[in-house]
Amino acid sequence: MEQQYVIGVLVANISGVLSRVSGMFTRRGFNIDSLTVGETESAGLSRITVAFRGDEDIKERIVTQLEKLHDVKEVEVLDQHETVIRELLLLKVRNDAETRQDIMAAVEIFRSKIVDYSKEALVCELTGETSKIDAFIDLMKAYGIMEMCRTGIVALERGENCLRTIPEAAVE
Amino acid sequence: MQMTGAKIVIKTLIEQGCDTLFGYPGGQVIDLFDALYDSRNRIRHVLTAHEQGAAHAADGYARATGRVGVVMATSGPGATNLVTGIAAAYLDSVPVVAITGNVPCSQIGRDSFQEVDIVGVSMPVTKHNFIVKHIEELADTIRTAFRIAKSGRPGPVLVDIPKDVQEAVYEFTPQEKPAACEPVQPASERRLQKAAELLAKAKRPYIYFGGGVIAGDASAELIALAEKLEAPMGCSLMGLSAVPSAHPLFLGMQGMHGHFASTAAEDIADLVLALGVRFSDRATGDKNRFSAHFNIIHIDIDGAELNKNIAAALTIRGDLKDALRRLNELVQPRKNPEWRAKIDRLRLEEKARTAYSHALLEKKLRSDSQHLTHFQIIDAVSAAAPEDAVIVTDVGQHQMWTAQRYPLHQPRTFLTSGGLGAMGYGLGAAIGANIATGKRAVLFTGDGSFGMNLTELATAVSEQANVTVVIMNNGVLGMVRQWQTLFYDRRYSGTTLNRQTDFVRVAEGFGVRGARASTQAALADALQAAFSQSGPFVIDAQMSSDELVLPMRPPGGSVDNIITEIE
Repeated sequence: MEQQYVIGVLVANISGVLSRVSGMFTRRGFNIDSLTVGETESAGLSRITVAFRGDEDIKERIVTQLEKLHDVKEVEVLDQHETVIRELLLLKVRNDAETRQDIMAAVEIFRSKIVDYSKEALVCELTGETSKIDAFIDLMKAYGIMEMCRTGIVALERGENCLRTIPEAAVE
Repeated sequence: MQMTGAKIVIKTLIEQGCDTLFGYPGGQVIDLFDALYDSRNRIRHVLTAHEQGAAHAADGYARATGRVGVVMATSGPGATNLVTGIAAAYLDSVPVVAITGNVPCSQIGRDSFQEVDIVGVSMPVTKHNFIVKHIEELADTIRTAFRIAKSGRPGPVLVDIPKDVQEAVYEFTPQEKPAACEPVQPASERRLQKAAELLAKAKRPYIYFGGGVIAGDASAELIALAEKLEAPMGCSLMGLSAVPSAHPLFLGMQGMHGHFASTAAEDIADLVLALGVRFSDRATGDKNRFSAHFNIIHIDIDGAELNKNIAAALTIRGDLKDALRRLNELVQPRKNPEWRAKIDRLRLEEKARTAYSHALLEKKLRSDSQHLTHFQIIDAVSAAAPEDAVIVTDVGQHQMWTAQRYPLHQPRTFLTSGGLGAMGYGLGAAIGANIATGKRAVLFTGDGSFGMNLTELATAVSEQANVTVVIMNNGVLGMVRQWQTLFYDRRYSGTTLNRQTDFVRVAEGFGVRGARASTQAALADALQAAFSQSGPFVIDAQMSSDELVLPMRPPGGSVDNIITEIE
């Protein structure tokens, strides 16, 4: 059955590693919904979060192919019920006297923030799960979205479980 | 000791056990070649005519021995010329280390002369690759490259070294031993027990093995298991030579051009033990039909192969040699006369079908004194060639005929570009295999394939390589033409070679003896001449354009629609 999966991938923090990971998806014909990468608490490691749609079989193939990459140190499929998933949105909407109050109300209800205010435009910042971000964007469409940018998702397991099981010394 | 990066590279290669380097010089590897000059009594440099030939030669060296083959080329075109050879090694899991020079770090990214991002280019066709921008990482990177190339499922690794890194000076301490392979997690005992139970219960067990048996050095364990279970065996193209062709339980290659008996036996099996195979489309045909009637136990060292192309009832990840040794201990010897009798009937049917198909062909050619048949050529070569010869092929009809028919005795004596199917693979690989083993290499090629890289005859001469080339010359690009015959209404677009190339004179132009043969007597004479001398020899064997590789299971087809003869 097709569903969305989110996987956390710890990789060596060296140049080219993002190409290797994304290249594996391209070469084997897997689609990526979202891919984010950033540094971790350990200098030698970066963490990539990939979201994709597929069935169990595709998920298994993605995981086993990722595990084969030399620079990939750890791969884990995150249980979405046991995982905190967040995305950041920056959205620029037309600042219009007629709609300003409505926009401000929506910003408040969604716990968004206005991070830039000018005569012509408002820039809203919002973090949350993908569905919340989607809903906010939908709402803002009516007020004239000028441009927007979302980061793609990052995800961490709840509780004490961590992706990293290998000692730092073993990381090249 | 302080030394240049170039010297560090050569010293590290020596430390890693490299005794032969196939390569071609160029602007960004002058330093490496200069360092090689000092070590020329430790590393034999084989200068090829083209970098592609060098890459195939390193591949042939590796396939024939199991050791890591090493190839070196300059930046830009030198590096891109390696790519087909690297891809061939990648798809057939061959351990190769490719070293390329590149422009100095300060020139990278500026589209400098002969600059190509070879790390980017080769990423999808290497097991891993590196660019070394800091001299302090150089020696360890090359060690890691060797380790990755030979560990687990082997494969090619490329190391790109900018010229300024080759020229920089750094401390080097040689290591006493080559890099060790990464340890492989042993196969699960519980799963092996489950496999033994399934094998004990199976009425008609069948073993399907591939190149993993050769890479994993597991031939003896495989044969012991087959004999213990009295299970027939068939293999993929890559599995050929793992089991002697004459083994009573061996039914031959299966797949698109496989033996009828092995393909048919697998189809009526109730359990298939798949060892070191990846279930390529050429091997399985229609994937749904392929395994409709049997369960699969799949053992492979590469976890990503399990359930990749075909779903298995039981998957076991691990080193084949170890897994089979342990599985042998878990299974009880059994006799299976009913299954043996069925297999024997299939063998008889295959014999009859082949005899009929060959009789049709001979009848067609009776009035034709200008052409030899594929079986006449292959049988004559196998009768004349030394038994320990390394058989190499190019790609096309001749490749399949040789795979079907040439009797093989020892692992690593059949080298072919199976996964990539790279025409032009053979001559370089044959030279590499001969240099690696000292045994005579016999290359079966076609007039199409041979035309792609025949300049490596120059290398065969300069290296005095014992390579006997048998061109199965039918004047056409036979395999594509065969598809046109069968599936494209005989519209022979682009496959007729009106070349008038005289391969004997071409060979002579390179300084190689050659002979043309269109009769069995002439072929026998040519083979006698070829095998009684050392050094290369080219035999141009004339064939009809119309011979087909049979049996043929049409692409996406199944055992139900195998073509075994054409009127």
